[in-house]
Amino acid sequence: MDKFVRLEGLVAPLDRANVDTDAIIPKQFLKSIKRSGFGPNLFDGWRYLDVGEPGEDSSLRPRNTDFVLNKARYEGAQILLTRQNFGCGSSREHAPWALLDFGFRAVIAESFADIFFNNCLKNGILPIVLSASEVATLFAQVEETPGYRLLVDLARQRVVRPDGKLLPFSIDAFRKECLLNGWDDIGLTLRHSERIRDFEEQRRRQQPWLFA
Amino acid sequence: MPQTLYEKLWQDHLVHQEADGTALIYIDRHLIHEVTSPQAFEGLKLAGRKPWRVSSIVATADHNTPTDHWGRGIEDPVSRLQVETLDANIREVGALAYFPFKDPRQGIVHVVGPENGATLPGMTVVCGDSHTSTHGAFACMAQGIGTSEVEHVLATQCLLQSKSKTMLLRVDGVLGKGVTAKDVALAVIARIGTAGGTGYAIEFAGSAISGLSMEGRMTLCNMAIEGGARLGMVAVDQVTIDYLHGRPYAPTGAQWEQAVAHWRGLRSDDDAEFDCLIDLPAGEIKPQVTWGTSPEMVVAIDSTVPDPAQESDPVKREGMERALIYMDLRAGTPIREIAVDKVFIGSCTNSRIEDLRAAAAVVRGNKVASKVRLALVVPGSGLVKRQAEAEGLDEVFRAAGFEWREPGCSMCLAMNSDRLEAGERCASTSNRNFEGRQGAGGRTHLVSPEMAAAAAIAGHFCDVRELL
Ligand code: SF4
Repeated sequence: MDKFVRLEGLVAPLDRANVDTDAIIPKQFLKSIKRSGFGPNLFDGWRYLDVGEPGEDSSLRPRNTDFVLNKARYEGAQILLTRQNFGCGSSREHAPWALLDFGFRAVIAESFADIFFNNCLKNGILPIVLSASEVATLFAQVEETPGYRLLVDLARQRVVRPDGKLLPFSIDAFRKECLLNGWDDIGLTLRHSERIRDFEEQRRRQQPWLFA
Repeated sequence: MPQTLYEKLWQDHLVHQEADGTALIYIDRHLIHEVTSPQAFEGLKLAGRKPWRVSSIVATADHNTPTDHWGRGIEDPVSRLQVETLDANIREVGALAYFPFKDPRQGIVHVVGPENGATLPGMTVVCGDSHTSTHGAFACMAQGIGTSEVEHVLATQCLLQSKSKTMLLRVDGVLGKGVTAKDVALAVIARIGTAGGTGYAIEFAGSAISGLSMEGRMTLCNMAIEGGARLGMVAVDQVTIDYLHGRPYAPTGAQWEQAVAHWRGLRSDDDAEFDCLIDLPAGEIKPQVTWGTSPEMVVAIDSTVPDPAQESDPVKREGMERALIYMDLRAGTPIREIAVDKVFIGSCTNSRIEDLRAAAAVVRGNKVASKVRLALVVPGSGLVKRQAEAEGLDEVFRAAGFEWREPGCSMCLAMNSDRLEAGERCASTSNRNFEGRQGAGGRTHLVSPEMAAAAAIAGHFCDVRELL
């Protein structure tokens, strides 16, 4: 996983609540057995006017020019701003893979669905929860200010607005360390191998039917 | 101190805890299917790691598999590669049980696990699939995980977790005639919203829940994730134990007795405290129909399509307006007047034998309305299919004009060729009505099997209570 320390990036606003992972990356692209290459199909049903198929060259497809990510002013955005319950629905990790492949490294929302939130952290994407009023202000500022950028400072756990206002956010200490260092959490867990073995042996003795 | 069921399960699987509360939770059962596992197996191999305990693995192919013309194999080469990749991975690694494409016991992973007794009370169950919450019906800590977590569980037999808050959702009383577990699930989501359960483990309790069969409890826990909760569960009682007795992977002999004694303790203590308590009187629940593009956009069959103008929250209002456009519906339209083009009875929510029996009871002696282009019954597994055939249910469906298919996820997510065309409207027993879920531009209305059957016959939604 790539480290996440600080990010200074352009913000793209996706003004919808309950954006589900089916919308983030539609099912036909889940047939891939790879982790990469999903960027062109991020929000496929909203970005294009036709129905995309895996393996197709999306640069030739008709675009929905009304969709926010197709607007020139948001080209190169690295921070996605959205509303409540982002990433609900299917557990598909293809959703964060697609966001990452497209270029997003952080998502700011009022709230996230649990599984998606975890999947982001496993891929070096920082999901940031801010209050509804902070999110509303950001939407207004993005709208008013072409080229609106935010600074995300994970070490200090805050988002810095261009006007200097600091927006603190919280994150579990363990997750934060993993992101800051780009640690592979399997490697971390395997440091506890002996403890896992002991636990397993004890369990096998106490509830042998679980190990049939 | 009195404990909730969730706290007991948590305690029983806690291997290690970091200072900030992040915990290592031991995993008893790892369910695997073709869509979310290839990258995990690849990651494992690239890192030179071995699976920790292959006897925890139960695998099947379900999402991509066709439901007709099995003789032709999987015609879509991209789907076929994914299924073959699962075959190769399981062949290389091993598993407690593998039900490949066309195996007599193949089916939807959340149907296959329980019916084979591979889901046992008190287990932690994970799968790279959000509807893993289904297995909570057996008092399991069962949850959907992402592919990186699949790899983590393969490599370490553990999952990194933070403890959830607890919610007790009590449904007391008697469910009315024609009101099913699916309606309870949708009524719960109507009440708490699709994010209401975020961060919570929900325990369903109350006399109406104890009165449900295991199939019904699975339907309910299946939909917990649609209410935002990764985990939904029901305590063990005699119904649980009777269901499991004699299943292939359930313990036998002295171990069965020992297991049952342990399982009986898998309930919340009487005075356990929950972070949140919700009461939903069973008598108030009517058959439900979703009208929009989120499971929380749901009303009772005797209502009308709601009016966004009545909604004060602007973000919600906009969502409703967008949904009405997508669904091509107008506020104020009676739900009963909405005509359907297709009907789908299946998915891990409602494809078990009890669901098929209930739908067949409505269908028996009737014909699918001529305006309905396709009415599909897709059993959840090969075992369900054969059981239904032994009971003659396939004949009931066929005689009415339904297609009777091979098991799989099918039109729940339309990764195979079963799908809605743009603009088509479907009465579906599945769990998600998101935009494009059943096919790009398709319009999904979530209902119970009985309500789907009734809609197939009438050609529009109708109140199944009037038919029973
Ligand atoms: S039936 Fe639908 S919800 Fe269930 S596992 Fe298959 S695709 Fe997922």
